[in-house]
Amino acid sequence: MSVDLATVKKIASLARIAVTDGEAEALVPELNNILGWVEQLGTVDVTGVEPMTAVIPNHLRLREDVVTDGNVRDKVLANAPQAEHGFFAVPKVIE
Amino acid sequence: MMTNLTDLTVAEIRAGFRAGEFSAREVASAFSANVASAKALNAFIVETPDHALAAADAADAARASGDLKPLSGVPIGMKDLFCTQGVQSTAASHMLEGFVPTYESTVSQKLWDAGAGMLGKLNLDQFAMGSSNETSYFGNVISPWRRGGGDNAPLAPGGSSGGSAAAISARLCPAATGTDTGGSIRQPAAFTGISGIKPTYGRCSRWGIVAFASSLDQAGPMARTVRDNAILLEAMAGFDAKDATSLDLPVPKWEAALSSDLRGKKVGIPREYRVDGMPAEIDALWEQGIAFLKDAGAEIVEVSLPHTQYALPTYYIIAPAEASSNLARYDGVRYGLRDLPDGAGLQDMYAATRAAGFGPEVKRRIMIGTYVLSAGFYDAYYTQAQKVRTLIARDFERAWESCDVLLAPTAPSAAFALGEKQADPLAMYLNDVFTVPASLAGLPAMSVPGGLDSSGLPLGLQIIGKPLDEQGVLNAALAIEERAGFTARPERWW
Repeated sequence: MSVDLATVKKIASLARIAVTDGEAEALVPELNNILGWVEQLGTVDVTGVEPMTAVIPNHLRLREDVVTDGNVRDKVLANAPQAEHGFFAVPKVIE
Repeated sequence: MMTNLTDLTVAEIRAGFRAGEFSAREVASAFSANVASAKALNAFIVETPDHALAAADAADAARASGDLKPLSGVPIGMKDLFCTQGVQSTAASHMLEGFVPTYESTVSQKLWDAGAGMLGKLNLDQFAMGSSNETSYFGNVISPWRRGGGDNAPLAPGGSSGGSAAAISARLCPAATGTDTGGSIRQPAAFTGISGIKPTYGRCSRWGIVAFASSLDQAGPMARTVRDNAILLEAMAGFDAKDATSLDLPVPKWEAALSSDLRGKKVGIPREYRVDGMPAEIDALWEQGIAFLKDAGAEIVEVSLPHTQYALPTYYIIAPAEASSNLARYDGVRYGLRDLPDGAGLQDMYAATRAAGFGPEVKRRIMIGTYVLSAGFYDAYYTQAQKVRTLIARDFERAWESCDVLLAPTAPSAAFALGEKQADPLAMYLNDVFTVPASLAGLPAMSVPGGLDSSGLPLGLQIIGKPLDEQGVLNAALAIEERAGFTARPERWW
């Protein structure tokens, strides 16, 4: 499988990264080079092999369903590019 | 004559400080002076002499009151992938430039609790994506090493923990933290003639470390000796409820159990690591390592890891896939950069912010990851890679039936020149050929200096161990360290 310009633009859009036409064109051969190389995995016989989910056996823990923190609004907002009235502010959204 | 404090190892600082030969303030001041005078290496993004001095003063007070901690008096460097409260934490990205966490990563907190102080935040490849430290938004780290014979070409310190490696090698700090996703502790350690260990996945908490590929990321120490690595790792490791993959196990006393007597141990030599086109010097180094371990009493056995050739392509599907997911958080809303073009809506803001905030390699990996996870391709790429990953892990499990640790080179070459591999991302990826398999299997692995190549550059040997057997890894590395007698250091030019 190889990607073309339209696919690269679609991937960029899915990834929410703005690319210029020039950048997208440059990415086509770059991504194809990498994707062509990883495609060799398709030749490995994986019949009956389960996909890896955890490298080291571990069990998922449950914690007590209690509040363990809170009242940290100002800390949460401290690094916001734009915080107003105790909220994150974003440009007007009209759909 | 006064000891040059910045030549001391962590163990020597600990001993000398406890014996009253010098104060912690003297140690912190000496290292801070070295940091301040080494701007040419670009190893630090932020210098924090006040943090180091405050910890030193606390250590000096603790010594007076008999209340010493394991790392009292030891200043260290902190890779700028660890969030540090009140100190800018950037992951070497424009995206996080100016980000000042209001919390402390678990691993860094453990180090401060153990008495260590911070000399500064160390440069790295952007979001830890790179093998040469050329993807940092804050400029390349320059290796303190140079080829002999008047060749002054600036060399790569390796990556992604290149700032850590360069700083330790240049005596700007006695030890530092690193993180290793596909070799980011081991390869820079090898390139700069120091040691570093990636512990078993889950030993060190990932909480507060800027995430790259969560099923692979592991923190670990870097230092000049195996003992120093054991000391640091004991302070860094341990269960953390805030990391769902943290292992709930006691932290072994690795330093106390160090032993280079390998009688009764079997060392496996993975046949498939003899890759085509491997330089003769790397092969000779490997043979030398085999001789060292035999001399330490180990038995050498050949083993097979048949899926080795698939490790790199597996890694370059899984790591970008996880990265594309992890880095989705950088949206210009909650923290970090925001780029809001005139009249832009929310979606445009996301795209503009991410275009401006991520460097080319980060974008490339996010795009690859987005593609392999996208509808219609998920099974062909991502699921297939996770299945091959199972086979790679199984290879190691079979190998452990006939040996206790594995010995291999750390990297297929000595340090290359900056710019040498940048034009071709694939050529750069291939530098991780010997480190990636252990990462995919979550195994502890360490690089230790083995010798110098013909141009006087360090070469590293790698020990890979069974899950949770950091001790076996450290002990085999110690046996190499004692026999290699590696004392070379870069001549100061910076």
